[in-house]
Amino acid sequence: MSVEVPDLQKLADLVIEQAKTGEQIEAYVARGGETSVRVYEGQLEHFVSAQSEGVGIRIIKDGRTGFAYAGTLEPSAIDEVLAEARDNVQFGTVDEWAGLAEPDGVEQVPQKLWDEELANYPTDKKIQITKELEKLTLAADPRVRAEQSNYEDGWGETAVSTTTGIRESGRGNSCYVSVATLADDGDEALTGFGFSVGDSPKEFDLNKAAREAADRATRLIGATKPASKRVTIVLDPYVTSQFVGILSSALNGENLAKGRSLFADRLNEQVASAKFTLVDDPTNELAYTATDIDGEGLAARRNVLIENGVLKKFVHSSYSARRMSTKSTGNAIRGGFAGGPGVGCLAMQVQPGGKSQAELIASIDDGVLIQDVAGMHSGVNTISGDFSTGASGIVIKNGALAAPIREFTIASTLQKMLLNIVNLGNDIDWLPMRAVGLTLVIDDVMMSGS
Amino acid sequence: MPKIQVSEPLVSPDVLARVLMAGRGTGAEFSEVYIEDKRSTSAGLDDGKVEQVTSGRDRGAGIRVVSGETTGFAHTSDLSEKGLIAAARAAALAAKQGGGGVNKVQLGSLVRHPVNEVKISPDGVEKSRKVELLRRVDAAARGVNPAIVQVSAGYGDSCRRILVANSNGVLSADEQVRTLLRVSVVATGDGGMQTGYDSLGHTIGFEMFDENDVEELAIRAAKQAVTKLSARPAPSGSMPVVIKRGSGGVLFHEACGHGLEADLVGKSASVYRGKMGELVASPLVTLVDDGTMTAEWGAIGIDDEGHPSQRNTLIQDGVLTDYMWDYLRARKEGRAQSGNGRRQSYQHLPMVRMTNTFVINGKADPDDIVRDTKQGVYIAKLGGGQVDTASGDFVFGMTEAYLIENGEITEPLREGNLIGNGPEVLKDIDLLGNDFAMGNPGTCGKDGQGVPVGDGQPTLRVRSMTIGGTAA
Repeated sequence: MSVEVPDLQKLADLVIEQAKTGEQIEAYVARGGETSVRVYEGQLEHFVSAQSEGVGIRIIKDGRTGFAYAGTLEPSAIDEVLAEARDNVQFGTVDEWAGLAEPDGVEQVPQKLWDEELANYPTDKKIQITKELEKLTLAADPRVRAEQSNYEDGWGETAVSTTTGIRESGRGNSCYVSVATLADDGDEALTGFGFSVGDSPKEFDLNKAAREAADRATRLIGATKPASKRVTIVLDPYVTSQFVGILSSALNGENLAKGRSLFADRLNEQVASAKFTLVDDPTNELAYTATDIDGEGLAARRNVLIENGVLKKFVHSSYSARRMSTKSTGNAIRGGFAGGPGVGCLAMQVQPGGKSQAELIASIDDGVLIQDVAGMHSGVNTISGDFSTGASGIVIKNGALAAPIREFTIASTLQKMLLNIVNLGNDIDWLPMRAVGLTLVIDDVMMSGS
Repeated sequence: MPKIQVSEPLVSPDVLARVLMAGRGTGAEFSEVYIEDKRSTSAGLDDGKVEQVTSGRDRGAGIRVVSGETTGFAHTSDLSEKGLIAAARAAALAAKQGGGGVNKVQLGSLVRHPVNEVKISPDGVEKSRKVELLRRVDAAARGVNPAIVQVSAGYGDSCRRILVANSNGVLSADEQVRTLLRVSVVATGDGGMQTGYDSLGHTIGFEMFDENDVEELAIRAAKQAVTKLSARPAPSGSMPVVIKRGSGGVLFHEACGHGLEADLVGKSASVYRGKMGELVASPLVTLVDDGTMTAEWGAIGIDDEGHPSQRNTLIQDGVLTDYMWDYLRARKEGRAQSGNGRRQSYQHLPMVRMTNTFVINGKADPDDIVRDTKQGVYIAKLGGGQVDTASGDFVFGMTEAYLIENGEITEPLREGNLIGNGPEVLKDIDLLGNDFAMGNPGTCGKDGQGVPVGDGQPTLRVRSMTIGGTAA
């Protein structure tokens, strides 16, 4: 990685040096901290300043895997974790593909993951920014209340060492501000939010965050429940990002290997509209989740997954790659020291179209701009492809935005929705999520209301 | 080690008192130390193989200091006096108010509130027996039907010892043992793949498996997936919905549970603000949140602020009788807390959370509820849900559902979300059964924190809800 963390690497090295004959060991050591500021009605509601650290150890012997972790880096605790992981090996089933990643010669693309200014940013200024954001939000629209104004930053250092020759360490930090808004509508209140991210607080656009938070809440005032019918939907960039994000599971090579991908047997086939090209590219610095290495310590890389609607590639870790007789695409993902690596997309990007959201809306006679969705986790099944979410938004009538609507659902299947993509916006928004946002127009979706 | 021993407190009361004083070193009126030591074991089986057994240890302290309207919080994994004092000073600095001076802290004697008697501590059970459960689940699910092509099963247990002390003199401890088994199944047929899921979780030890049949659990999940292979697209539009006993507690969790949390009410971010004493639901509905419900997934001996758990009636015969409270919100209103101050771990601040939330029995015969429904949807299993407490709009997923035609349950339906508005749906409950049951173990997410919760209800009917299907 770009900046090394020698003391953590040393700890990881000390673990793998204890490997016994026939054992593969991976030690993942991490340390991090966070600051969280919340302001309400001009007052500091909470200030959290916290640090944590831990180690996860994976051992593979004779095709069996064991794992253990502890939320501490005390030497005696690390010894205990190693012993536990070793004990756990005996209970695993022999898996001929089990194994750790090995260096594959792919070079890392250097990334700026650490910002010195953020690391030294004074506490009182963080509080000041949070108060300022609340003030700007309230000033943006007299109908708006602020439920909470937040500043969050975090830093992390990790090191991974394996007996197969992986040795990587690095550090990163990030920060964002967000504000949650309420706009009263009789007994009920409508909610909105806005946020801004940056390498350091000086890159925040507080005015934009405040404006968006106010707009999102107020534009739904007076919203009613629509009648059920088939419509063309226009997904706001924030919704598109969530929609694209759930495709990660279907493009996951481990899910493919285990028969859980709705794209099984579809390689090189048309799975989406010819206008749709999807790339996973953590080497693109603009992506919020850009990184230089994956969860196993291999170089992160650019992978074209769907090109002009044709399925080109699944993403793999070293394990899923071994199972499918291919090579890792550098897509091992890891939630921290408490678990082993899984597989997933790292930074999903959709090739933009040529028009702005306003232009796209102008070309639609009868549709709905979807501002927000709810229940992506409860109504979308990435194995069967069934898609159904709650939604709120604004009716599009003869090319113009009309009345706000809420308390309805939109439903189709993922397979159909991908094929029914009719247009994409040019309004790329690098949201703090796994997938990029842009306006996406999808035909023939069932809107269910009264 | 068949039983959990009554162990020494994680940190001695003398040290705790000094840490609490350090927390108030800048003149703050309240300081609190929360100490957690959690051991867990999990095992996962997928694709016919036991992939990995994992052991985990999470131990540390969270220190909270309150000064006026401001809360300062810091946490540390260093439980030495030095580490705790450093964290307390950081929290005090974070709460940052003038004043100064040392405030004496006098702790009461330690009160233990074991949530439940654990008969077989999972810590003392051979890991091989835990793994064996997964193999049994796998075999039972695959045995249901050749259409079952994939099975994944997970086992997890945790023993969470907590100790809470605060500058008001509270000193209490709890040991929370939870055991969980879950299974998900994929079936394949002409129309593609379908999934089934079921889980079993209780706040007890390994004796859970003496009292529950894991094969039955696996078979239920497998049958759910197979049934859905012939499912037709769910309808769209609004119609009556009958929800089977023990499967729809999440409806109340979302439709009104979150909206009755005092932190959201306090910021007027709940549609139930200012509704105390008013009719907010059908008079059939009495809603209770009960952390003392022994063995249920959301059961706790004390909440994560050291307050003993209790049974709270939130809605009585349709009338709103109380919200749920944590220390800060209760202090502000000058009232008692309700045992609902919970947190995910020592790394998190407590906030108002549900425990076991349920609607008690009505009088209707569940079969009559279906017979009385001409056209509608019968939901046998709900998935998760989500709510916007300010507008009251909420969704929840149906993972196993059927059409009701002329008073009979007929064809299976594909998955989808339902959407409704909390207060409207609560008033629209027109039939409530007499067959109460608790539902599956759940994890409730709020503000980035997950905590274990339970829910339950008898079979009931909502006169009209919007089904998020694709059929016209």
